[in-house]
Amino acid sequence: MKALVWHGKEDIRCDTVSDPEIEHARDAIIKVTSCAICGSDLHLFHNYIPAMMPGDIMGHETMGEVVEVGSGVDGKLKKGDRIVVPFTIICGECEQCRRGNFSVCETTNRNKHLAEKVFGHTTAGLFGYTHLTGGYPGGQAEYLRVPYADATHIKVPDGMSDEQALFLSDIFPTGWQGAAQCDIEPDDTVAVWGCGPVGQMAIRSAILLGAKQVVAIDRIPERLAMAEAGGAITINFDKESVVERLNELTDNKGPEKCIDCVGFESHISMAQPDSVLDRAKQMFMLENDRPHALREIIYVCRPGGIVSIPGVYSGFSDMVPMGALMNKGLTIRTGQTHVNRWTDELKRRIEEGQIDPSFVITHTVPLAQGPEMYRTFRDKQDSCVKVVLKP
Amino acid sequence: MFHFSNLVRSKGDPKIISTGPSSLTSADRLARGLGWFSIALGTLELLAPHRVTHALGMHGREGLVRAYGVRELLAGVMTLSVEKKAGLWGRVAGDGLDMVTLLGEVRPSNPRAGTVLAALVMVGGVTMLDYIAAKDVAAQHDPRRGRKRLYSDRSGFPKGLTAARSAALPRPTNSPATT
Ligand SMILES: NC(=O)c1ccc[n+]([C@@H]2O[C@H](COP(=O)([O-])OP(=O)(O)OC[C@H]3O[C@@H](n4cnc5c(N)ncnc54)[C@H](O)[C@@H]3O)[C@@H](O)[C@H]2O)c1
Ligand SMILES: [Zn+2]
Ligand SMILES: [Zn+2]
Repeated sequence: MKALVWHGKEDIRCDTVSDPEIEHARDAIIKVTSCAICGSDLHLFHNYIPAMMPGDIMGHETMGEVVEVGSGVDGKLKKGDRIVVPFTIICGECEQCRRGNFSVCETTNRNKHLAEKVFGHTTAGLFGYTHLTGGYPGGQAEYLRVPYADATHIKVPDGMSDEQALFLSDIFPTGWQGAAQCDIEPDDTVAVWGCGPVGQMAIRSAILLGAKQVVAIDRIPERLAMAEAGGAITINFDKESVVERLNELTDNKGPEKCIDCVGFESHISMAQPDSVLDRAKQMFMLENDRPHALREIIYVCRPGGIVSIPGVYSGFSDMVPMGALMNKGLTIRTGQTHVNRWTDELKRRIEEGQIDPSFVITHTVPLAQGPEMYRTFRDKQDSCVKVVLKP
Repeated sequence: MFHFSNLVRSKGDPKIISTGPSSLTSADRLARGLGWFSIALGTLELLAPHRVTHALGMHGREGLVRAYGVRELLAGVMTLSVEKKAGLWGRVAGDGLDMVTLLGEVRPSNPRAGTVLAALVMVGGVTMLDYIAAKDVAAQHDPRRGRKRLYSDRSGFPKGLTAARSAALPRPTNSPATT
């Protein structure tokens, strides 16, 4: 089959690989009908996430049709079922899964010993990500083996299109969790840093959860326009001061709730000297992350407020203003998304027509064009916001 | 072709049979070559400056050559990174510095003036390559490439923004439909 394979920094190829096979009783194999490129894939594209290996298949936003099930799938799935695959692999049985903390499932990471060394304790296995999280082959491919498939799936309701359902795998619940863990109240101003696909979903989620005002921050005009269409007041950080504008919009008190949908690859800009210093340190392996957005968030957030971090951080971040964080009594909530925790509610909202996550798709291309689309998405060319690949 | 990583894949995981087209552009590959060249030259200049000064008749200027070595290494690391454009422009500037230094060594009193001239020609060639790579990398990764679209009509709310905003309002408890 064809698959998008990681060969090193900025080197993703559309390779011919052998088909996946059922390895365990709880596995299933799907024929992929749609998959997408995520901002997290760009971190891998740039080789910033440790423990990737040449030959790893990319992709963690995938859906398709079940073509084979292992003997232990136990009637939960059958051939022909249409499913979305959550990017976090879950067993559904461990203590964390039972609490709904699916992204820290204790069972599914097949390289637990590595994760325990690096993170202290293991987190869930993830598709198409580092070997720290199991090194499971991803879904930017014609076929995907889904481990623990009896639990790791989302059935697609009849009548829901691929485009409407696909983002239940990651970015929709990610934006949703980013907003939900802010405990939004009707008087709140919610500020969202980053208007990529995750930011776009967080903006819509904050609106649906009843925020008084949502403010979106980025510098890319088409992403800001899309944010505005979703109901946000926008700030272009190349043209105005984020801190000043946010204070202006909140009677000088700062937003109650702040969501970091940027992560550790904050833009490098001479106007933000800390971002240049971060980049230099990153280049010489003295720091992993470029946390400019996070610094700004902690600084501007209202005392007693909540900082929600769906954006990915990879390792060590320098000069995070702990003094401001502590003295203002901020609450931090973060994590890879507990996808299945939100599935029923989000499926219902799509079915009721409250939201249609397909609004974010700007490019739909055949899988073979994947390698060049990584470039287009990374370079923000052709007004690209979200790429869907069709195997 | 043999792929080492195939050996360590578990039984059911796909293994590479043959590789296809890459996301790397021609300019990316040229930049990568120049980056490694920079690292190699930098290492030589830093660790064995005498070889350089001897070949070019620049005795006593080992310190300068070492400093240039550090410069080459920095530019090399940057050229091999995602920020290759900055690395390549850094290299172009460094090439300029090299040429000025070499020009200073083309004097009748230098028994190695011939080698210096040859080195100058070489640096000239490399400068061309650096310049071409820098221009091409900038062009190929320019965010202004492609169509410009705004997405002002993409609310994502099929029933409109106002309906979305009211979705969170508590539903009236005594509406006729529920009583
Ligand atoms: N927690 C999770 O489970 C999860 C899931 C999916 C994605 N993510 C992460 O979310 C982040 C965003 O993903 P995405 O798909 O939207 O990626 P993206 O790269 O398309 O979006 C990032 C956006 O941030 C903007 N940005 C950069 N620096 C900024 C700054 N200083 N201030 C404001 N905006 C800035 C960029 O212009 C870009 O539009 C990534 O780090 C990704 O890894 C996390
Ligand atoms: Zn993702
Ligand atoms: Zn579990």
